[in-house]
Order: sequence, then C-alpha cells, then structure tokens
Amino acid sequence: MYIVIVGDGKVGIELTEQLSKEGHDVVVIDRDPQVVEEVVNAFDVKGLCGNGATYGAQEEAGVGGADLLIAATSADEVNILCCLVARKLGAKRTIARVRNPEYLGQLPFMQEDLQLSMVVNPEFEAAREIARVLRFPSAAQIESFGKGRVDLVEVRIPAGSPLCEARVSELSAGKRKVLICAVQRGEEVFIPSGAFVLQAGDRIHLTASAPDMADFFKTKGLQKARVKGVMIIGGGKIGQYLAQMLTSSGMEVKIIESDEDRCRELAEQVPKAAVIWGDGTEQELLDEEGLDRMDALVALTGIDEENIIISMYANLKKTPKVITKINRNSFAGILGSLGLDTVISPKSISADRIVSYTRALQNSTGSAVKTLYKLVDGKVEALEFEAGEDDGAVIGRPLRELRLRSNLLIACIIRRNKLIYPTGEDRIEKGDRVVVVTANKYLSDLREILQ
Amino acid sequence: MNARLILRVTGKILILEGFLLWLPLIVNLIYRESFFWSFMGPSLGLLAAGGLLQLVRVRSHNLYAKEGLFITALAWLLMSLFGCLPFMLSGEIPVFWDAFFEMVSGFTTTGATVVSDVEAMSHGMLFWRSFSHWIGGMGILVFVLAVLPQTGGGTYINLMRAESPGPQVGKLVSKVRFTARILYGIYIVMTLIQIVFLLCGRMPLFDSLITAFGTAGTGGFSCLNNSIAGYDSLYIEIVVTVFMLLFGVNFNFFYLLLIGHFGEAFRCEEVRWYFIIVLFSMVVIALNTLGLYGDFWTALRYSSFQVASIITTTGFASWDFVSWPTFSRCVLIVLMVIGACAGSTGGGIKVCRLVIAGKTMNRELKLLSRPRSVVGIKFEGKTLDPAVLRGVQTFLAVYMGILFASFLVVSLDGLSLEATFSAVVTTLGNVGPGLAEVGPMSNFSAFSPLSKLVMSFNMLAGRLELFPILLLFAPSTYIKRA
Repeated sequence: MYIVIVGDGKVGIELTEQLSKEGHDVVVIDRDPQVVEEVVNAFDVKGLCGNGATYGAQEEAGVGGADLLIAATSADEVNILCCLVARKLGAKRTIARVRNPEYLGQLPFMQEDLQLSMVVNPEFEAAREIARVLRFPSAAQIESFGKGRVDLVEVRIPAGSPLCEARVSELSAGKRKVLICAVQRGEEVFIPSGAFVLQAGDRIHLTASAPDMADFFKTKGLQKARVKGVMIIGGGKIGQYLAQMLTSSGMEVKIIESDEDRCRELAEQVPKAAVIWGDGTEQELLDEEGLDRMDALVALTGIDEENIIISMYANLKKTPKVITKINRNSFAGILGSLGLDTVISPKSISADRIVSYTRALQNSTGSAVKTLYKLVDGKVEALEFEAGEDDGAVIGRPLRELRLRSNLLIACIIRRNKLIYPTGEDRIEKGDRVVVVTANKYLSDLREILQ
Repeated sequence: MNARLILRVTGKILILEGFLLWLPLIVNLIYRESFFWSFMGPSLGLLAAGGLLQLVRVRSHNLYAKEGLFITALAWLLMSLFGCLPFMLSGEIPVFWDAFFEMVSGFTTTGATVVSDVEAMSHGMLFWRSFSHWIGGMGILVFVLAVLPQTGGGTYINLMRAESPGPQVGKLVSKVRFTARILYGIYIVMTLIQIVFLLCGRMPLFDSLITAFGTAGTGGFSCLNNSIAGYDSLYIEIVVTVFMLLFGVNFNFFYLLLIGHFGEAFRCEEVRWYFIIVLFSMVVIALNTLGLYGDFWTALRYSSFQVASIITTTGFASWDFVSWPTFSRCVLIVLMVIGACAGSTGGGIKVCRLVIAGKTMNRELKLLSRPRSVVGIKFEGKTLDPAVLRGVQTFLAVYMGILFASFLVVSLDGLSLEATFSAVVTTLGNVGPGLAEVGPMSNFSAFSPLSKLVMSFNMLAGRLELFPILLLFAPSTYIKRA
C-alpha cells in the first residue's frame, strides 16, 4: 500500500518503522530536515521536508494516489487539516491523531462529517490499557480480543513459584484449561508445546476463561489483592483520563502534579480524585502521601527517567502493583531486569492499532484482521481474525488435520458468545473470531496460518 | 564496524561478478576463441570466494554510513583485482599492473588503455573490457540492490549513497530496491535504443554493443585503434554524441520525464547549466579550429563530438585532438575537470558542485561588502543545507589535493608536462584520453608501474567520489572501537 505519514514524532517514527518493515511504500513528511534525514537513513522510506498540511507538500508526496494518510503531528488541528486536504486530493483513507480531551466528545462527528477513517488518541488508549491492568493486577500486561471477551495475560514467574520446572501440559489440570501462548526467556521467545518446561524468570503469556484464570492465579500463588487505592504521579492527559476511569469504577485515586494551574484544572475535571500539588520525584512527598498504603502506583510524568526512578522506589517500598510509562523504547529491554513488569508505551499502543487497521485494509476480501497486539518487544504477534467466505481451507476441519505453520498457535475461538479453547478435535466455523499467536510476522489473512 | 556484514555483502558482489564473467565467456564461444578457462577459472574462483563469504553469520543487518562507504570501496577494489585475471591468464595483457590498470579503467568508466593494438585483442576480452564500463557506469552495488532480496531494511540507502555520484543522493520512490530498479530500467532501455540506432547506421552488432556500452557507462573503450574516428561516419558520430550527452544528464531528469512531470524536469538547474557549458564549448572550439578544417560546419562536427565526449567523461575520439590549437586543448582540460551531472554515469567534479561553489563564492563576495547581510544559497529551488555546502567545499579541496599529489608522482616518469598533467586529470575525472603522448590515438603504456598504480587509485577515487577509497586506506578505519 502507498502510505503517507505526516509528522514524524514518537508515533510517526514507530509507524514508519513498522509499516516500512511490512513492505508498504511509505513517504514521510516532516518540518524538520534533520528528522527527515534520520528517518530516510534508518528505514526504507522516502522523506520530504515541509508542512504536511499544505497542498503543495501533499501533492509532492503523491497523496492523491495514496491508500492511506496518517497525520501524527503534535497539533490536533494540523492533523485534522492534513486529513481534509488529503481527502480533497484523493487519498482513499485518512487517520488523524487527536489527543485533546476537548475534542474527544465530537469523535463521531469528526469521523463521519470530516471523513476521517480513524481517530487515534494515544493518551486515552494508554489510560484504558492501564485501567485494564489495574482491574486485574496479577497480570503484568493484558491484551483483549473479541471486544474484551478474551484476555491474553502476561505474568512473570517469580523464583520459588510452584510453576518453576513445571511442564506446560501440567498446568491444565482436571477441568481447568490454561493455554500458554508464548514464553519469553531472556532474549529468546518460544511458542511452547506441551512438553516445554518453565523456569523462574520466564515471562509467560497465557489465556483461559475467566474462572479458570482466577483459579490458576489463586492456586499458583500469583494472585495479587484487588486494587483499591491508586497513586498517579503526573497529571497530564493520560493521568486525567485514567483518574476519570478509575474513580468511575470506584477506586480511590490520588494524583500528584507539580504544576499548580494544572492541579486546579484536574480538581475541576476529576472531582472525585484527590489532587496534590507537589513534586512526585521527591521521596518525602511520596512517603507523606502514603505510598506504603497504596495498592498501586502509576508513574506518568513526562520524563522516562523520572518514571523509572519513581517506580523503582515504589518497588522498594513493596507497593503491590507498579506501572511505568515510557515514551522512548530505546532501553525498554533493561526495564524487566529492574523489576518493572508493567511498562506502558502510549506510542506503541497507537501504532499497533494503526498497523492492525492497515493490515485489515490490505485484504478486504478474505478474513480481516480485527485486532493486533505485538508482544515481547514485537517479536510475537497476537492477532484476531474473523473467518470469512474465502477461508475454506481452514474451515470445518478438525484442527489436528490442519498443517499449521511452526511457531504458531490457535489460542482461542470465539463463536457467537461462546469461548472455545481449542483441542485438536475443534473446528473453525464461518463467522468465528479466531485468536492466533505467532512468531511469524505480518500475517494478514487467516489462511496464512497454514504451511 | 560490522565486519561480518561487510564480508557478506562483498561476497554477494563477488558472486555477481562471477556470473557476469559468463557473458564474455559466451562471446568467446561464439567467436570460437580459445580463452574458455581464462574466463571460467576466475569465474569459479569468484563464485567459490563469494560462496564462502555467505557462510559468515551476520548478527546485525544494520548498514551504517561507514559500512556503506567501506563495502563500496572494498567491492570495487576486489572486483578490479579479480576482473583483471582474464587479461593476465589469456596473455593478452600479461603484466599485473597493466591488466589492473585496464580493468580499473573499465569499471570506473575511464576508458584509458595500456593496449597499443586494440584490434588485435580477442572478441571475448574486448567484450569484457567494455561490459565493465556498462556495469561500472550505473554501479554494481546499485545492481545488487536492484536484484537481491533485501534483508536490512532501509539502511541499505547508505550503499547507494556511497556509490552514486553527486553531493545529494535521494530516492526516486520510497524503496531503495525500486529506486535501483528504476535507475537500471532507464539505463537498460536507453542502451538498447542506442544499439538499435547504431545498427541502423550499418555498424556491426559486436561493434554496436561495444560502442553502446562505452557510451552508456560514459567509459570510452572502443574496439578500433582510432576510436570512433575509425568508422568515419557522420551518422554514427551524431548518434554517439547525442547519447553521450544524454547519459551525462542526471537520471532524475529522465525519471521526471517518465512520470510526466515535464515542467519540473526542465526547471532542473544543473541540467540547464550542463547544456549551457556544452553549447558554449562546442561553438568556441569550432571557431578556434576553423583554420584546421576550413569551414564552420566541419569544425562544429568534430568539436561537438569531442566536447560531448570529454564533458561526459566518455573519452571517445572522432579526431586526434592532440593537433588542435592550444586554446581548444585547454577548453578540453577544463571540461575534463568539470565532468557531467550528478546522478549520471559520468565522472569529474560534477556540474552541480561547481554551480554550488560558484554561488558560495558569490555569497562570500556579497558578505565582504555587507558583512551583516544574511544570504542563503538556493539550488534547484531549495535552500541548501550548510552540511551540503561544507561537503562540496571539502570535495573540491580533496580533489585538488589528490590531483596535485599524483601529478607530482607521475611526473617522475619524465613525460612532457602536458601529458603528465592531462593524464592525471583524465584518470581522476574518469575521462580516458589525455593530451600529447597520451592523446586519443595513443595509450598509457609508457608510464611506469608506480604511475599506473597511482592512476588506478585516481580512477577509483574519482569514480567513487573520493571518500570511500580514502576511507579504505585510512589507518583509523582499522583501529578497533574507532
């Protein structure tokens, strides 16, 4: 596909990387010549320097013949203007990043009347992701499929856990069925078979029905208490969205924000939350505000290093659940070794959504990609497909008869409202939603699961 | 530096050269010549060496600027070393530095030869010599980028940058691979058109191929001792003149024409300057040589061919211009230094660098009289980045440095000043013939082995735009962790 990306900030670069690696023709427009230079050197894309909202720049980038324009500059208004110009020039689809909470209410209007195919709000989506983890604190990360009916949960196996040295097949005892979809051990990733033996320090991604999952966590000693009190450091947009979500589900929220004016705004916007004016990087303040009594801490300041330090301090204070926001992925690999399990990267979340959208566009005929998550630093993908007309090869046959690719696992089948954690006897039917976990990248069609 | 990746990519280039050697082998078989093993031996050696290098396990596929420059220089050096083996094995150019000089002259599209009787060479060898022009013209790495499946993401642009001439190398389309394919596509089609035109002029097929390769790569090897003059045909001279000029134009120009952006194409500043210089020189030389030819149109026939041949750094000759008046010879020397457009197959300093340098000079003059004024430099309608300006200035300085250093070394051979100077200028600019003893109807065999190696270095440095080759020989490159 021919894709034009306007504005190469955080989300823009992430998208440039992922889309160009998937083989799309990508053209990047940015104001800063240095950014353009760097992008062109690093990825197989064409770069243009200029204001992407102008007719001239878009024409030079060939927007008229583009399949998709993604506007990801720092200004919402510029993004919307970009999309309007692109539609006039003839771009088939447009995606805008719109992050101002004030515009959030008029999303349907923007999508319909301004003809935006998709509106992405990284902060809102990050907040939603954090809220999901807080509702189920035992997991380090949660990915949802089938509109929230199926969860793929990441857990780290602590030393001394009964899971150490356990075979994968032993986990599904009796009626309980737990499916391990991927295991990350150091730098390596496995899509495990039944004979795979787990070790302490492994990060496992698993799925199960809600009661089985709860039972599994309880019996294996991974259960963490329900979160009631949350401390949020940094009252930016994510903080505000998150506080709204959490207070509405009845949690107690304390926001620490260093800007006085912003504090007043927050107090107005999120009346149920306690807003504290102070510097969240000060140890005394955290202690004074009762960090040790909190069930969870969410570090959301604008500076990665501060978030990491705050999270490490919270770990030291034995805060049960610590969530760290990271903007740059440069050193994401070391965070696990620091004991920071739950790391949220807003730009990756948005980029994943846009990438899954482009993959769904790519094959409009067969089974469309409904959801896509990248796990384990992008080494594994979890995708949700809808089985359609053209997937005859995989439909109606028992799974054990299908010759699946290596490093691929069918995690779950959603049939109407029923969840099936499949065995070899189960079949995929037309209209099913199928969740596939794979280390083979860039699947865009259900048929591609076959060898 | 990522030594493993460098070895692997270099290996691929060697394999490619191994296969390319089969083309002259076929020519050898067609003409029933007896040099089968002279081609097959080096070919098998290249395939084996390249194949072994493919066993190297590469940990990271990221190819940064430094690796790009290094691979380019190493590949060109190795290609020339392996490529000269057929000459030596067949005994047609038995001595190493002669064969090496000839091969480097081929790949760098210089066209300077050490062979005194070209017509006595076998068809296979002649074909290989000229085919190396064609490959070297657009570049072997660009070819590799076009044909091989790509693994390293976008960082391979650094390879193309290191090999393609010009101060700013961009992509035509978003993917390196398709950019390379478009460039080679244009190149192949234009070469084929020229072959057809030459065949229409009743030139034999073999000669047409050789001449077209020489023109397309702006090389200049011919299969006649007297170059194009040997055909003595106005039609052929016109065809070759037109195609030489076309191959000296920035290929972006053709791409813009191809996708229908005519306005943009003809606004191209460099191309306009190029044609202004060409027309001016043609007329000036024609007027200067009026006394020699008698009438203006004959003078223009020879001057236009020669100007096109020299400025595009091809080096064909339709007249032994050694006998021209001093002024005309000096114009030719200047054209040798100027060279063709960036992004073409020609050599030299490149028109755009000189235009930029001229504009910089103009700005500095303005700043002298009005020190506080702020003046930007615009080229092709865009304000130039200071980094590009600095690059152009450095290039000019280094070019002059190499020129005069090798001038001193070559002068040890004791040839005339004119021959020595023109030999250095012509090799560094990838032109081919020089003046006096190294004129178009003579050859470079009179030089000592040392001079031949120095001039081989000049040719490689000139073709790869100086820096890759300098990097290859710089000690700091080999210091670990540097």
